[in-house]
Amino acid sequence: MSFDVVLERLPEINQAMLETFAMIGVAIPLAVLLGTPLGIWLWSHAPAGLKPTPKSHAVVSALVNMVRSFPFLILLIAIIPFTRLIVGTSVGTAAVIVPLTINAIPYFARLVEQNITQLGTGAVEASRAMGATRGQIIRNVLLVDAKPAIIGSITITTVSFISYSAMSGLVGGGGIGDLAIRYGYYRYETETMVVACVLMVILVTVVQYGGTRAARWTDKRVSA
Amino acid sequence: MISLRGVSTTFAAGGKEPIVAVDDVSLEIPDGSIQGIIGFSGAGKSTLLRNINLLERPTTGQVWVGDTELTGLNAEGLRRARHHIGMIFQGFNLVNNLTVLQNVELSLKFSGVKDKTERRRRAAEALEIVDITDKTKNYPAQLSGGQKQRVAIARALATKPEVLLCDEPTSALDPFTTATVLQYLADINTEFGITVVIVTHEMEVIKALADHVAVMEEGRVVEKFPATELRREGFAPTTSIGRYLVSDGISVRRAGTSGVSEGFDPAAEGVQYYDQQVDPQRRDEVAPRENKIFAAVEGGLR
Repeated sequence: MSFDVVLERLPEINQAMLETFAMIGVAIPLAVLLGTPLGIWLWSHAPAGLKPTPKSHAVVSALVNMVRSFPFLILLIAIIPFTRLIVGTSVGTAAVIVPLTINAIPYFARLVEQNITQLGTGAVEASRAMGATRGQIIRNVLLVDAKPAIIGSITITTVSFISYSAMSGLVGGGGIGDLAIRYGYYRYETETMVVACVLMVILVTVVQYGGTRAARWTDKRVSA
Repeated sequence: MISLRGVSTTFAAGGKEPIVAVDDVSLEIPDGSIQGIIGFSGAGKSTLLRNINLLERPTTGQVWVGDTELTGLNAEGLRRARHHIGMIFQGFNLVNNLTVLQNVELSLKFSGVKDKTERRRRAAEALEIVDITDKTKNYPAQLSGGQKQRVAIARALATKPEVLLCDEPTSALDPFTTATVLQYLADINTEFGITVVIVTHEMEVIKALADHVAVMEEGRVVEKFPATELRREGFAPTTSIGRYLVSDGISVRRAGTSGVSEGFDPAAEGVQYYDQQVDPQRRDEVAPRENKIFAAVEGGLR
């Protein structure tokens, strides 16, 4: 195995890394920004939540399930008209960010819903007894106590979507995963594939390590 | 005056016969008194307590606290009314990722105290009442059970409530710590005139603290009597549940008018204390200020 070919591919590798950063760097913050309120909504409007509205909860929950059950590859194609509407094109990195975000929002929302469910009802009950508004409970109690778990969920979502972003090649989105497929798999440049995979492993490891550290740092449930 | 008038609370049980947790209870609790509610698990006593601040809205009946009919308020009115009703729980229910001071600040924040400095000052004041002044920057996980409950008491007190509802506040604590927490509740009642309603399955707690006792069984209040009766020789409640609960043996007496008094001879009255071998150093550590119950323990031993 000779890695000379990899040196030739360096500009492409650089470009691909940038594309991956762009995809994840836009899709994940958007998913967190929009998925967190959706997750809180799902939790608080559930039959046992703070403000139960069983009917609208069932509708939203079904929608979330629907988007989540689409294989990413199918979603990528299925929403091309919508993608074109949003970013003005159906190919390239920007075009992949749309379906990535669409898929990541309900994915992250479900994780947030779980994070809050697992907190238990004690502090919420105490807050209700103190005469807190729902907004105060969400801001001052739920998000505070769920913060470490939510950081964990951001980590999981980021890692999952680094992997999903490899399918972006289908619409010419690029990225390091796509590079591994195009050069390594289709052109039998095993070395390029190995390097691309190693870069992905490093990326995922860094994200996971950072996420775990941040979650532990914000978690005060165990005495220091 | 807290007044429960014909209060019933029914829970739907998914197609099965609905569960009647509280069954036509009427109870009047005078201002500044300590009302004990005792009964076995499932008797409906926690639901009844939660009916007072409408954490559980009664299916029928009226709840009055002072001049306000809570059952007649809208959501916003109820929220405001709750600023004057403190509550503590068996599981303490603190926010784990907030410090002790921040936890106490919460109740002030929720009751509309916008100025942070003011909140800090009042939270620190409330923590002083329960003698937690050196752990304000600690997190709940770094505290013992008794300390957590004292923080919860401070949180409830910070808004200067007229009523303090206590849902099994000592059930998760050892007898020694129980005595400490009860002493704080007794002192708060005496010093601030706060009406205390305490739900428990431990007769010792009732005997140590309450002015009035209500015995609950199957959702109903089956018996009511003044707590002083409990200490009267030959006193026997009329219901079998009442007799069973009272046969439990006296453990601690409440300080003040009805409690430890001059000439009180614990041995003659068959009084047993929680922990007669309390190490004085540990006592100071757990309850650093003058503690009437411990004084009584030591007095009784002499």
